[in-house]
Amino acid sequence: MYLLIFAILIPFIATALIPLIHKRIGAFHIGWFVLLVPLALFAIFVMQIPAISNGETLIQAVNWIPSLGINFTAYLDGLSLIMALLITGMGSLVVLYSIYYLSSSDSFPHFYAYLLLFMGAMLGVVLSDNLLVLYVFWELTSISSFLLIAFWYHRKNSRYGAQKSLLITVFGGFGMLAGFLMLHSMTGTFSIREIAAVLGQYTDHTLFYPAMFLVLLGAFTKSAQFPFHIWLPDAMEAPTPVSAYLHSATMVKAGIYLVARFTPLFGGSAAWFWTVTLVGLVTLFWGAFCAVRQTDLKALLAYSTISQLGLIMSLFGLGSAALHFGDGELGELYGLAIFAALFHMINHSTFKGALFMVVGIIDHQVGTRDTRRLGGLISFLPITFTFAVIGSFSMAGLPFFNGFLSKEMFFTATVNAAILPAFGASTWGLLIPVIAWIASVFTFVYCMVFVFRTFFGTPQLKKLDRKPVEPSIGMLISPAILCIFIVGLFFVPNLLGDHLLKPAMNGIIPGIPGAAPHISAWHGFNAELFMTLGIIVIGTFLFLTFRSWYKIYLIQPAGWNFTVLYNSFLKGLKRAANWITTHYMTGYLPAYFAYIFIFFIVTSGGALIFTGALSIDLTADSPIAIYEGMLIAVMVIAAISMLFAKSRLTAILLNGVLGFSIAIFFVLFRAPDLALTQLVIETVTTALFLLCFNFLPEWTKEDSPKRTKIRNAVIAISAGVTVTLIGLTVNSGRLFDSISGYFEDSYELAGGDNIVNAILGDFRAFDTMLESLVLFIAGLGVYTLIRLKLGKGTKKDEHQ
Amino acid sequence: MESLIIILVGVLTTVAIYLVLSKNVVRVILGTAILSHAVHLLILSMGGLKVGTVPLLGEEAEVYVDALPQALILTAIVISFAVTAFILVLAYRAYQELGTDNLGAMRGSDDE
Amino acid sequence: MNINDVILKTVSKAVVLIILTFGIYLFLSGHNQPGGGFIGGLVIASAFVLMFLSYDSETVSDALPIDFKKLSAFGVLLAMASGIAPMFFGGAFLAQSFGYFDLPIFGKTELATVTIFEAGIALTVIGVVVNIILSISEDE
Repeated sequence: MYLLIFAILIPFIATALIPLIHKRIGAFHIGWFVLLVPLALFAIFVMQIPAISNGETLIQAVNWIPSLGINFTAYLDGLSLIMALLITGMGSLVVLYSIYYLSSSDSFPHFYAYLLLFMGAMLGVVLSDNLLVLYVFWELTSISSFLLIAFWYHRKNSRYGAQKSLLITVFGGFGMLAGFLMLHSMTGTFSIREIAAVLGQYTDHTLFYPAMFLVLLGAFTKSAQFPFHIWLPDAMEAPTPVSAYLHSATMVKAGIYLVARFTPLFGGSAAWFWTVTLVGLVTLFWGAFCAVRQTDLKALLAYSTISQLGLIMSLFGLGSAALHFGDGELGELYGLAIFAALFHMINHSTFKGALFMVVGIIDHQVGTRDTRRLGGLISFLPITFTFAVIGSFSMAGLPFFNGFLSKEMFFTATVNAAILPAFGASTWGLLIPVIAWIASVFTFVYCMVFVFRTFFGTPQLKKLDRKPVEPSIGMLISPAILCIFIVGLFFVPNLLGDHLLKPAMNGIIPGIPGAAPHISAWHGFNAELFMTLGIIVIGTFLFLTFRSWYKIYLIQPAGWNFTVLYNSFLKGLKRAANWITTHYMTGYLPAYFAYIFIFFIVTSGGALIFTGALSIDLTADSPIAIYEGMLIAVMVIAAISMLFAKSRLTAILLNGVLGFSIAIFFVLFRAPDLALTQLVIETVTTALFLLCFNFLPEWTKEDSPKRTKIRNAVIAISAGVTVTLIGLTVNSGRLFDSISGYFEDSYELAGGDNIVNAILGDFRAFDTMLESLVLFIAGLGVYTLIRLKLGKGTKKDEHQ
Repeated sequence: MESLIIILVGVLTTVAIYLVLSKNVVRVILGTAILSHAVHLLILSMGGLKVGTVPLLGEEAEVYVDALPQALILTAIVISFAVTAFILVLAYRAYQELGTDNLGAMRGSDDE
Repeated sequence: MNINDVILKTVSKAVVLIILTFGIYLFLSGHNQPGGGFIGGLVIASAFVLMFLSYDSETVSDALPIDFKKLSAFGVLLAMASGIAPMFFGGAFLAQSFGYFDLPIFGKTELATVTIFEAGIALTVIGVVVNIILSISEDE
């Protein structure tokens, strides 16, 4: 059974079918068909829960490029299952929501094709065990995100945001790819499970830390961690369902997934612990701090997403300490953070998804999401208000919502980190709970901003495009379901904990099963509770006195942020590229050829001389027969006289002489296949030249100045000499044995007596197949060139 | 023999590159055709010349010549034919559209 | 129609037949003797080209209703499909296999999947070469 692989492929197949279905169904909304895909996949993954919660894992492999160790291996464990459920579950809700959200002027087939493409790619990321397959899907999520952000491509900001997200995430992706290749060169495999089994032996390898940091680079860029977070606010130009789905619930969690996946590989080292924890904490603080000042609700949610991602990231960092201690009391103490991270990852998807949908409803119903124009909506949108309160109170970490539970566990983890007896945490470890607490105060403030600026105060109906009313029931279903989860998970968290979080945690920190706690809301009067109470008190105070401390945001000068840095970098890049292009790209073909040949002469010829490789040894040469000498003489004369040919017909005939002489050489050098091919090709080529000459003018004498001619001659002669010297050098010594002996077994291996043919059709059939493709493309090119007459007459009219 | 063939390759390369560097489109195309001839000979001579019999196992000989360069060249011959055909057609279509076969005149303007 | 045309047409009728036979022979014998998909395809293509040169293209097109563009596309697809087929039997992409069979008339014969692949190559070559020559000669 290839259930998992089909699960990855189904969205791609559905993507391909969308245009076909769209044409058939007429007025019926295509979203309903699309909805079936995530629903079915969600059902498939739900059915896997019993097996996974028993600690089983699923592996399904299809050979792809076995000779390179690249196999399409789908692997389902607790962590993948959580991600897969998020992807398909949120996917279903978002598709349902989008059916009511999109306006009829939007192009549905494009939207849903991109969305399904993303879904398939994201499933591929979380389910593949092979690093290179993971990488391919990883970049595919970046591309689908790019397409979705630029969905309203007529807007300048959409295009800017799309480009920014693509550049940053793909930059990180390249780094990650390099990291993967380093891992491969260390361990000799691309399989994550196999690498995890052996990587412990390579901690002293020079590539160990570079690989770690490059993988983290990929994770940090994707998950919008500081300082790469700048793309996420601009990605909010996407339609709101997309923001809810890609840019809060799933795609931005790919980086976190990657960190979790690589924790068993790199975790337990101080570098990993500090990098992941600190980047996470800084992101947590900076995101929360920036979110408070936003006036656009979506921007506020974007920064809050950055902040929450930082929180989850730092938890994975803190939890990696468990691997340092192994099974035991300390391991269980610090392993709790991993459990909390997974829990918060799910919780974040629920409340942030609900909040994005709330913003979408507000935007959809009143035409703005600017807090300066909003206010007092509670009496017009009571249901939406309820969702907003549930979502943001959960995000703030208040009781009776799931966010409270994971937030408390987060505090527990940070408090424990302050007394971590490893990694030199005794000096600066206290900073961890302090930063976490300060950031959480800001989190509380922006949650209040979200609710109170929008729903309380005096309504400003004049500033709104439309009179606010509740949307149709369809738009409310998805956030309602999420709110049920938010509240439900508070009361029955252990259902989730035992069946999903625990197996996932066991995968991330193997061998420490005791780290999974029994989740309970009440722990007595401990540090965590007082931290939460402090947050509520201080946060309320800060929210009420916001005007008086607002100036703190003005300390940072306007030009001093990463977006400005990014913009000026792009601008500089463009200017540099432009400068080089105007100076180098002359538009004159011979100049380009000259660059190529000079480069060749300098590098290859230079290497030949400076490495001392040049050597000429004629002893191994085979004897020369007299007719062979004559043939060579004929060819040399034909070639040189071509330079002086007065008419093109002469030149073609001389070219024919060369071609047929080579055919004779092929016969002499025991290459019957080549001789046959060369004869036919030479005939057809000559015919081709003659045919084309009908359409081309007789050639004129080269009228270049003497200087150019001499320059060309120098280039040509140097290149010829270089080629000769390289050829002679190669011929006079062999650095390694010939591989051709292998092919002489062609009768046993390929059942053919003709070795050349066996190589073409069997040993190197891939080359041959692609070659036939090249041939086909060339044929197609010729055909289109001839048939495609550009706007006949228009050009000529201009000249007249 | 190999050395002599390599020198021939050098001569062919020189001629080919001189033609390629010229302004006239047909000369450039002829240059590429000769260049591919030169490369074919070079690859063949790399495998050693006349050191065995034809690479057909039916011959039941002791030694066969290296078959790998032959397979490479066979592919190259067909590809170079396709490419030659393509650029020939490109050249004459360019002549039809632009009215010149001079690469210097095809340079285009600065604002393109 | 002048006398040269008559001679050309009469001769080419016979020659085309010979070239075609030779081409098919080369294609089939390629596994053990000089020949194969490329050479076979090229020789067959040159037979077609000769036909188009000695008769006008309408006459040949009527007698031989083949779209050479489609033929070349079909060839590429055939070559690729022959590569995908072994993947269903657990082999790698483009893995070829062969076996020896006792056929009623031919006796012990080798049958190899590489022939299908080579057929794809040959069809591509025929399609592309004829298509190139035809496109150019039909251009005004």
